[in-house]
This record gives sequence, structure tokens and C-alpha cells, in this order.
Amino acid sequence: MTTLDDKAKEVSPDVVGDTNQTSSPDNCNCENKGKDSGGFILLFFIIGLAAALVAGWIIFPKLLYSQKKQPIDFNHALHNELVEEGCESCHFFREDGSFSGVPKLAQCIECHEEVQGEDPEEEKFVETYVANENEVPWLVYSRQPDCVFFSHAAHVKAAEMDCTVCHGHIGESTHLKTYEENRISGYSRDIWGKNIAGFKKNTWDRMKMDDCAKCHQKETGSKGACFQCHK
Amino acid sequence: MKKEHKHENTKKFGMVIDLDKCTGCGACMVACMAENNVPFKKDESDKLDSITWICVYKLTNGKSFPDTEICYLPRPCMHCSGIGEHGHSPCVSVCPATATDYDHTTGIVSQIYTRCFGCRYCMAACPYHARYFNWWDPVWPEGMEKSLNPDVSPRMRGVVEKCSFCFHRYQAAMDKAYTEGRRELEEDEYQTACTQACPAGAITFGDLDNPDHKVYELKKSPNAFRLLERLKTNPKVYYLSSRDWVRKAGDNYLEAESKVKKKIV
Repeated sequence: MTTLDDKAKEVSPDVVGDTNQTSSPDNCNCENKGKDSGGFILLFFIIGLAAALVAGWIIFPKLLYSQKKQPIDFNHALHNELVEEGCESCHFFREDGSFSGVPKLAQCIECHEEVQGEDPEEEKFVETYVANENEVPWLVYSRQPDCVFFSHAAHVKAAEMDCTVCHGHIGESTHLKTYEENRISGYSRDIWGKNIAGFKKNTWDRMKMDDCAKCHQKETGSKGACFQCHK
Repeated sequence: MKKEHKHENTKKFGMVIDLDKCTGCGACMVACMAENNVPFKKDESDKLDSITWICVYKLTNGKSFPDTEICYLPRPCMHCSGIGEHGHSPCVSVCPATATDYDHTTGIVSQIYTRCFGCRYCMAACPYHARYFNWWDPVWPEGMEKSLNPDVSPRMRGVVEKCSFCFHRYQAAMDKAYTEGRRELEEDEYQTACTQACPAGAITFGDLDNPDHKVYELKKSPNAFRLLERLKTNPKVYYLSSRDWVRKAGDNYLEAESKVKKKIV
């Protein structure tokens, strides 16, 4: 297969030899074109690589997660000051050992039957949910897939772990952060972690199986059998 | 310290089923299906693709009237621990996905549905046909999905499932124990659904290694046997029968075969 370039190369030495004196703009252009195209390939490669990296590391993660606002901007710090038993005042254990998780409306009504303060969020809460007796559709950052069994009793009661180990310092927050939902899996971004590459600085940065296994290995000397955390 | 603690916690949950008491009513099967969200189809006549974690078999002694005898035999997962309690149960040792494992702290063989990719090697390996494949996604009659057990995750198409000895009940019982500051369970705190449902009281469930549990003595009965004992799968489900032909059938002795001395591992 001969291309135009091959022909040009075959011809060019003769042309150069014969007409040495005459300026040959065509020839010069040919050589320049060859160099330029190499440069262009490199340039396009770099541009392409950069574009792919930007797409993969910045645009895709942005597209992957949808931003959702919590129905009510709950102030943990404010409530934490008013209650006596810390986190367990509202997030309590039932008698049968199960964990209540996010409080139900009935619990909130105990204090918030009517608007108490001047916070517009509280007013919104009382008007929309308390008055109509609708449960607040809270978005749970730590919700795990259905196949996961997690025992709060085993961790908090038996192993005496602090809530912050997994949940971070949410008890000291004055606003609820935006809930980022994975568009593919439907789970919160807190499960995978904020860092898309998977690096984590704190124990509560990520809540994947590897994170559970790592801590179990360290604390109990074994990752545990499958049924310990799966159902 | 850690090792000691681990040893303390080691259990060997198992079952003793008295076949003399079993009437074959099938209450255990119904209770199991309701408890464990076991899917079913409109037409369950094809038993090759129906799913029953515990299945009641009907045995006959093969004799004609008036010597005919029948015996009903409920068969859950045997939770085999293999030779020397190493946990090399037939299914666990063949699973290429590590979707099933032997828990040395409870003696229970797990099945992790999200890990299973449906090769069905374990089904071929299990000599008790205790494992079932989901050929379809479960379809519940309208409204029934609201009454599913939230502690047992429903399976999807393409995975294998089997009896878990109602492990979620163990988890729930442990949760209660932890909140009360205990780490040990009473015998009646963890019982499987089939055990509780049996109207004849034929099924007894407990820790086979715990002298305080009823199964500890029952399994020592001279009438006790296990299924296919000579395969050395070391099952944790014992059967009791006062009838010799039933005990023989349990180890699949063929008519022409002389009775070989049983070796219990």
C-alpha cells in the first residue's frame, strides 16, 4: 500500500538534487507538515487525556450524585444542649434490643406540639408535619443496602463504641448537609465516601464493607463470618 | 484474652427431629416460608423448581399391605461441619464466589445472596438437596410484599438460597442480650420458626455442645441418626426414630447391601 506520503519521499531527493538553488516551498512545507502532525498527535493526546481525566474525576462524580435537600434543616447542636442523655435521648434502643434510628414524629411532638421558637425551620416543621400528622421523609445518610445487617446493640452496648466512630460529629452540627444520592445505586454518598478515589482520613468518612472488615479485624482479630453482617 | 473470649462464644447450633412424633402436617414448611420470605409460584406442582428451605419427605418401607409403613421426614439444611469440625461442608468447599461460609462461632452455614452469582455448584455438591435456585424474581400476591419479614432480605433471580436456621432470630436475640448487658443466650431465646410451629413438638433446637440444652441429651439417644452419615459431612441435624427401617433409610442403605458398621466422625 503506497500512500501519497511515500511517493513524496521517493520523489523528493531527486527534486532536491536537481533544483538545489531554486526555493522549494512545497518541500519545506512537506517536512514541516510531518513535524507538525507529530506535535498535533501529542497535543491531541494530552488534550484527550486531560479531558478524560476531568470527565472521569470531576464531571462523572458530579453527574453520579444528585443533590437533595433534607425536608427540614435540623439543628443537632441545639437539641443536644437541651437533652440529658446525649444521642440516645432521641436515637434510643427499644426494649427488644433493636435500635430506633431516626426519631418518629410522635417523639418530636412531645416538645413541638406548637411552635416554640422563632426559627422558620421549626415553624415549617410544625405546620407541614405536626399539624397534618405526617412523618418527616428524612433522608438517611447512613442507610445501607437491604442485604446488610447492622447491630447497633453489638457496637454501642456490647463494644461500647462511640456514635462518632461511624457517624462523625453530626451531633455538633447546626445544619444538615445536602444529601447526595447515587443515581445508579440509590444510596447516599456517605457510603462510598466523599473522596471518589476512596481515600479516607477519619473512621466515619466511608461506610463500605471493607471499612467494617478492617475494624473487625483490628478489634476482634477476625473479619467475622458472612452472616455476622449480612442477612 | 481475645482468644478466650472467642472460645466462650463458640456454639454449635443444631436440631433433633423426632420422626416418631412427626405427622407430616407441613406446618414447619409453612412457618419457614412465611418467616424467611421464601418465594412461591402460582403453580407449585413442579417440585424441581419450587423452593422449600425445609421440606417434608415421605418415606415408605416398600412393603405391601398390611405391612406398609410410612414415615415423614422434614429436611432443613444440615449445616454440615465436615470431618473434624473444620467447616468443610460440601457446599462451602466448592463455592467459587465465597458466597457461603461456615461460621465457627455458631456452626451455621451462611448464604450471601448478593455475593452468589448462581453457578449452582453448591447445589450439585449438597447431598441433601437443601439448596434451591431462584429461577425467577419473586412475585408476591398483591399486598403481600407489605407483610414480608424485614429481617430477611428477599432474594433475586439467579441466586441460590437455603435454610439459615433463622439466623436473623439469633441476631435479634443477641441484640436484646447486649442491651441487657449479657453476652449469652438462654435456650428459648433463639428458636427457629419451624421448631416453634411444629404442633407435635417433633423438632428440638439448641446448642449441641451445651449440656443445659435439650438437644445435648437427645442427640445421644440410641435411636438417633443423621442423614447419609457415611459421607462424613457431619450434619448438625439429628433424627430420632424407633423404627429400624427408618434409621437404615437415613443412610441410604440399598437392599442388596449388607449393613456396614457406621463410623461416626
